[in-house]
Amino acid sequence: MTRMIGWFFPHPFLTLLIAFVWTVLQPQVSAGMVVFGLILGMIIPLMTTRWWPDRPSGVRFGKLAVYIVLVLRDIIVANIEVAWIVLTVPNAKLKPAWIVVPLDLRQPEAITVLAGTVTLTPGTVSSDLSENGHSLLVHVLHTKDPEADLKRIKERYETRVKEIFG
Amino acid sequence: MIFETVAFFAMAFFLLVGAVFALVGAIGLLKFNDTMTRLHAPTKVGTMGIGSLLVASMINSFAFGDGSIHEILIMLFLFVTAPVSAHFMAKVNLHRNECEKPPAPGEDEKWATLNVPEADRNLSTRRGG
Repeated sequence: MTRMIGWFFPHPFLTLLIAFVWTVLQPQVSAGMVVFGLILGMIIPLMTTRWWPDRPSGVRFGKLAVYIVLVLRDIIVANIEVAWIVLTVPNAKLKPAWIVVPLDLRQPEAITVLAGTVTLTPGTVSSDLSENGHSLLVHVLHTKDPEADLKRIKERYETRVKEIFG
Repeated sequence: MIFETVAFFAMAFFLLVGAVFALVGAIGLLKFNDTMTRLHAPTKVGTMGIGSLLVASMINSFAFGDGSIHEILIMLFLFVTAPVSAHFMAKVNLHRNECEKPPAPGEDEKWATLNVPEADRNLSTRRGG
């Protein structure tokens, strides 16, 4: 039975996401459209499963939800910090820096989530990956202590992303 | 009545916050003089600015209209695509050598963008500079 379910829903989260997006796209939410969204959510992952090998399985949704809340909070703080830097720090005093983040993550999906988080949070933009995907290049807008920023990315975000993707 | 007043002021608040952040993003884009630092202002301040405007739009639709949740989707797509476009712009900057050279990643590796074959590298610098 579980194998049957696994065959019909190779990616339950994707099914729910497609159903949600489809429902929200409609001008009026109706039961019919929810059902149609669920049907689409079943068919599309089935059809695309062969073009996405090694897709992450066993994503922990509880941890993902906690992570999203944490990142949203950080985005708001980041915005205020960056706005303050933009308005108060003159160009001559700005200390931008490159930092190299050695990655413990290996899954492409996990690295994508981490890179996206880094770009959306305090004064950092992820700029490049090394050719084997073992380090992430991050540009910091204004920093006095690049080591602290590196530590923050490693401890605050990377460990959590690692837990999400198991 | 009280609900509508509260909704009205909440809407005004979010509109103001969104407008201020959008303005700061534009100021940052103008003020910074380096391509990499310039990237920071629109990627972050822009998402917050548009996010606030969308929250205001949602409050407006629920308080004075039929209610609409399309804004959630706009926000979702924005938060997914903003880092990708920022990453692209950063990679173009690196590729054209228009910014400070980043430190090597170590372990005999190279950054993916900078790992261009010798012949192509000459081609790209000639075109870029």
